[in-house]
Amino acid sequence: MTKKPSTTAEPTTTVSAAPAGFSQAPVNVALSVAQKIDLFRTMVRIRRFEERSLRAYQGKKIGGFLHLYIGQEAVAVGCCSLMGKDDHVITAYRDHGHAIAVGMDLKPLMAELYGKATGCSKGKGGSMHYFAPDKNYWGGHGIVGGQIPLGTGLAYALKYQGKKGAAMAFMGDGAVNQGAVHEAYNLAALWNLPVVFVIENNGYSMGTSQARSSAGELAKRAEGYDMPWGQCNGADVYEVRATMDKFLTLAREQSRPSTVEIDTYRYRGHSVADPDNTYRTKAEIEEYRRTKDPIQLFQNTLLSEGVLTEATATKIDEEARAESENAAAFAEASPYPTAGDIQTDVYWEADHPAERKSQGRLFFD
Amino acid sequence: MPVITYREAIRHALAEELERDANVVVLGEEVGQFHGAYKVTEGLLAKFGPKRIVDTPISEAGFIGMGVGASMLGIRPVMELMFWSFYSVAFDQILNNAANVRYMSGGQICCPIVIRGPANGGTNVGATHSHTPENVLANHPGVKVVVPATAADAKGLLKSAIRDNDPVFFLENTILYGEKGEVSEGEYLVPLGKADVKRVGTDLTIVTYGRCVLHSLAAAEVLEKEHKISVEVVDLRTIRPLDIDTVLASVAKTHRVLIVEEQKPFASVGSQLAFMIQREAFDELDGPIHRVATIDAPAIYSPPVEAEQLPNPQRIIKAALEAVK
Repeated sequence: MTKKPSTTAEPTTTVSAAPAGFSQAPVNVALSVAQKIDLFRTMVRIRRFEERSLRAYQGKKIGGFLHLYIGQEAVAVGCCSLMGKDDHVITAYRDHGHAIAVGMDLKPLMAELYGKATGCSKGKGGSMHYFAPDKNYWGGHGIVGGQIPLGTGLAYALKYQGKKGAAMAFMGDGAVNQGAVHEAYNLAALWNLPVVFVIENNGYSMGTSQARSSAGELAKRAEGYDMPWGQCNGADVYEVRATMDKFLTLAREQSRPSTVEIDTYRYRGHSVADPDNTYRTKAEIEEYRRTKDPIQLFQNTLLSEGVLTEATATKIDEEARAESENAAAFAEASPYPTAGDIQTDVYWEADHPAERKSQGRLFFD
Repeated sequence: MPVITYREAIRHALAEELERDANVVVLGEEVGQFHGAYKVTEGLLAKFGPKRIVDTPISEAGFIGMGVGASMLGIRPVMELMFWSFYSVAFDQILNNAANVRYMSGGQICCPIVIRGPANGGTNVGATHSHTPENVLANHPGVKVVVPATAADAKGLLKSAIRDNDPVFFLENTILYGEKGEVSEGEYLVPLGKADVKRVGTDLTIVTYGRCVLHSLAAAEVLEKEHKISVEVVDLRTIRPLDIDTVLASVAKTHRVLIVEEQKPFASVGSQLAFMIQREAFDELDGPIHRVATIDAPAIYSPPVEAEQLPNPQRIIKAALEAVK
């Protein structure tokens, strides 16, 4: 086992545990057939997009790092499917899943990986730095744990402006040892900010297992800050939704922060540059694929509910493959930014010269 | 025109901007109940209440990062660092997140945050509390860096900084807080990126900023009286954006340059200035560019020796005489 066994103590959350039959949780009962199929479709689209991006990377179309989310899809989809108009999301560098889950189009996402001007960040951010403020998606951040104070700031702004929303600040299991995360926990708890800190525990901070990197139970650290916390199985999108709904409601209704640890697994290495043969076994990965694959599990659930047919599932999959292929074609056909674009989007003032109030040189050579 | 201290000028700027814009929030360690570690924010809590004047824990990475996040949603946080020296524990938030988020998002996000506080040596607090990071900050495209020398500039520049849509880092000076000067009441703005000729002269240009402006003006008096040397003192006021044109115009007049800065010499603001002056005004120079900087070592504690480590009028006079030889 790479992960530490669960604590014997029950989570001391003020929120009662999600009911055993997660499909019967009110937030899931409320789902229409179309909405359930949408959850499934979004997970499939994330996987096919990422598989296609991996092929592009292997074909040397993509530079730098590529941190794939494959295996974790139910987490982003479950969480982001609960967002209302005043709910906000921020995450770390494994950010493709969340971007698709909040509704970003695959074409600019793929183009960003290709470093093209049509990318969601105009080719200036890359894989780790996707943003869509119009969809309340605030990145896409490269430094482990560095985004957690920012997510706390989103919650601060919501509270300051009197909006009934919540911020979800996602991090990996490796981030819980960063000081910035603990500083953010303290501020959120001290000031009752409406933020849910979501730990996507995939068992490994890069190549170092949880057992080798983190003392104690990850989510339980919230207790030290008097924050409610919970844990759930990230392979079950119903369970993710049922659990997160309670903590999001706590944030929106009572402006109380919390920490939720979602147990998940990534099939690919930390990034695709990771040879992935030094710290875990092939058998371990295969076991997850065989027994805990979030897409397969949800497909089975929807088939048994009669919501989905094999034919529809196949069609959704084919459409997701085609959409990803189209996104790659779009990226391939798109132009790169020019050297002249290097110095735009640096300063607001430089981008809005008519409204500039400062004087003097902003750029140097 | 009323004569007030540099400290009061900053306080007035804060109060006026808090009054003007409901999205302006002042946050920092001891800014509220304690009235500010250097009393800059004294009285603001009573006037504006705890929603607008927020005491933070000692947690710079946390609260500055929080301010950066809040600014992305339209809040205008003005965050006090008790000492700019503490920027190092929030470096990732200041110079990865605030400086880069606009660029990495392809211009979709702006980050209208102000981080302000004192950045100076000369108070015998040793190396950890005496950093002057304006060069480090200005090395990051995306940010603006302001170092006011006088009460009037402090007020006018801070008001501009708070209204700016880019992150602005505002570096004050504990030794200047008590310095008095004439300051306009009410609306008074100084644009960022505009240098100010604080003394007109013909023989030597001193390019400087911050507290060194005062030292340079004192030195210029002595140079005039005792050595018949006419010194022009150019106060940059803002490091980035940089008003190089005012510097070059002065160089074209005097043909000799002395840079004075409370900076460690290696890769300092002065290094950049010297490069630009030689590149853009080579033919105007009648001699090499000279510089007075902090003597290159961590800040020494010993009070009389620290005064020697920093630029001071005596060191400036000596260097000026060299520069006009």
